[in-house]
Amino acid sequence: MAAQATGAAAAKAPPTSKSDDQEMLISGCEAIAHACRLADIDVVTAYPIRPYDTVMQMVSKMIADGDLDAEYIVAESEHSQFEIVKHASAVGARVFAGSSGVGWFYAFEALAVTAGLRLPVVAMVGNRALDDPGAFGTEHNDALAVRDLGWMLTWVETAQEAMDNALIAFRVAEDPHVFLPCAVSVDGAFLTHSQHLVKVPSREKVNQFLKPYNRGNKLLHPDNPITIAPQVNEDWLIEIRKQNDEAMKRARGVIAEAYKDFNRIFGRNYSPFLEEYMTDDADVVLVGQGTLAMPVKVTVRKLREQGKKVGFVRLKWFRPFPTEEIQQSLKRFKAVGVIDRDYSFGSPYSGGVLYTEIRSALYDLPNRPLLHGFICGLGGREVTIEGVTEMSEILLKSAKSGKLEKQVAWIGVRE
Amino acid sequence: MTAQANALEIQKLDAFKGVKKVTIEEYFTSGHRTCQGCESALVMKLMVKAAGPRTIVLGSTGCMYVANTTYYTTPWVVPWMHTQLGSSGSAGLGTAAGLKVLMRKGKMKKEPINVIAFCGDGGGVDMGLSAISATLMHPQYNLLILCYDNESYANTDIQVSGASPWGANTTFSPPGKKYRIMHTRWKKNVAGMLAAGHPGCRYVATVCASYALDMMNKVRKALSIGGPTFIHSFDPCPKGWDYDPMYSHELGELAIEAGIFPLYEVEDMKLKFYGKTKKIVEGRLKRKPVRDYLLRQGRFAHFTDEDTDYFQKKTDEMWEKWILPGVIPLRPEDGA
Repeated sequence: MAAQATGAAAAKAPPTSKSDDQEMLISGCEAIAHACRLADIDVVTAYPIRPYDTVMQMVSKMIADGDLDAEYIVAESEHSQFEIVKHASAVGARVFAGSSGVGWFYAFEALAVTAGLRLPVVAMVGNRALDDPGAFGTEHNDALAVRDLGWMLTWVETAQEAMDNALIAFRVAEDPHVFLPCAVSVDGAFLTHSQHLVKVPSREKVNQFLKPYNRGNKLLHPDNPITIAPQVNEDWLIEIRKQNDEAMKRARGVIAEAYKDFNRIFGRNYSPFLEEYMTDDADVVLVGQGTLAMPVKVTVRKLREQGKKVGFVRLKWFRPFPTEEIQQSLKRFKAVGVIDRDYSFGSPYSGGVLYTEIRSALYDLPNRPLLHGFICGLGGREVTIEGVTEMSEILLKSAKSGKLEKQVAWIGVRE
Repeated sequence: MTAQANALEIQKLDAFKGVKKVTIEEYFTSGHRTCQGCESALVMKLMVKAAGPRTIVLGSTGCMYVANTTYYTTPWVVPWMHTQLGSSGSAGLGTAAGLKVLMRKGKMKKEPINVIAFCGDGGGVDMGLSAISATLMHPQYNLLILCYDNESYANTDIQVSGASPWGANTTFSPPGKKYRIMHTRWKKNVAGMLAAGHPGCRYVATVCASYALDMMNKVRKALSIGGPTFIHSFDPCPKGWDYDPMYSHELGELAIEAGIFPLYEVEDMKLKFYGKTKKIVEGRLKRKPVRDYLLRQGRFAHFTDEDTDYFQKKTDEMWEKWILPGVIPLRPEDGA
């Protein structure tokens, strides 16, 4: 078709040479829908649950308008949603699905086997509190539940980062050295439904970054008549688990490489795993994921005005966990406070998931910082400037005395 | 323009005209480890023989996965992939959708590829029913879902399923001192339900491998007609039903002759009976007493005359009271 393009058709063709980013005021959900369009996904499955589902409203409209050519299937449950894309991925399709809260849990079996099968499904999780009792607001326990299964997990702060990380997710998941599914976590309401200015690149630029998905000799096709996932039992399962472990370890390098290319092609300046904010001369830092970065950054600025040396470290990838980067970063500070928008009842010190992971990551350091855990913002409750100030004061006090008074505190809870 | 109306080309698989015309190639060969006399393994063999080499098979958890498809000894010559117990519908849908879009976008060579997703009665009649129902409503995808019904969760040790016959002794419904009958549900009528309730589905059929040619030809028709289709296969199971493995075929025939399992197809909502079922419907063959079938199996050994009579009465209803005998259990209001 292109070879015989008429003058009129050629004039319509999008320019490829100049920077043609379009700036749009869009929500986190809409930003991920644009990533799906730019990645030219092949199969997408939807099922309604708030707050992730706006992404599917956008994707379906893009298909209806002819801006995206994909099989769009509204499934009858989240379990089917994720089973459908799993199988489409096995025959070589680039796929996308998503969910929130208990919907993500309804798909749990499918999520487990997707990782076990090494299928590069990319999902959006619009983080939502688990039932019961019902709540629409953000909590991170939904996405975190797959942390041990072989899903890569990334949390984002802005709509720009939501779009960018979704593109990075396709690139990393579909890398044959990895072949693992990846979930992009977007805080419910705070990001799924709030708008930011987003630079949306051209498809040509994205094509430079994202090569077509090639399943290679693992493709399920009559020309390659393999048997996928036969019964293995104790004879082989542990060897296969070990391979998945190696793939997740390799993902660290593949992610770092992907960010290098991303920064070069799209003119960004991201560091892959951590974002540090006012940490250069900080005595104490808070650590957290997702949109709580905004109130924390505002508070840090306010405290800096008072001469208090507080900083913030935002963790961008939870799986694979950037152990070395976390060690190198956090060992510089006297006290560290991990903010968890999640819970892990009965865990060591009754801390959150992130706190427990970071505590484990720091164990081998010869000089560990004092480590506090803060649980706050559950069920979508706002993380306030007062709350962050309270956490910072606890850290400053510990740093001064050199003593940890209490490992874990809940912040902003009515007594 | 209607979304995704452009269906893919499909393979034209004409009926085998007689057993001597059946192709000699096998696509399900040695390597499986099913029980002696396993009728479901035969169903797998005939199913994929009928479909031919350009076929992808998805198998949900059950005997035909665990006992049948083991690492390093796979019996499958065609590409095969495991799917979850309740996912035969979704597996077929995802595979068909993937092939369709990749061919449309020029990312894969264009050719009609058969997609077959199979499930047992646990996976199809119980857990996976919702996904099968959803899949049958997508006319733009070509695939066949085949339910091999051996009337229990036979792989996990013969537990009662929604397809187990009333009163059967299973490990989850054992007869005891207080209750002789622990399984008090009548067998779910899954083919009738799916045929009646899914306007997106052009073809639903029932088969029994005792009638191998009929079975293969229904598979070929299901794959050639276009859109999502469903076949319910009635599979005697020596382990679960407790009989000598040499009688598998005979028990299949007996079930049909006794009117317990009818052979039919529903094509574009038109019902057609087959084989001995057809003769029963037309009054040319008298149904055998269910006793002849029940007493051959250990799973009914605890039945008293009262139980056998009840079984007979319920079976008679299928033929005498149902609006479509053996298929649709609705009937006119009494006295109307």
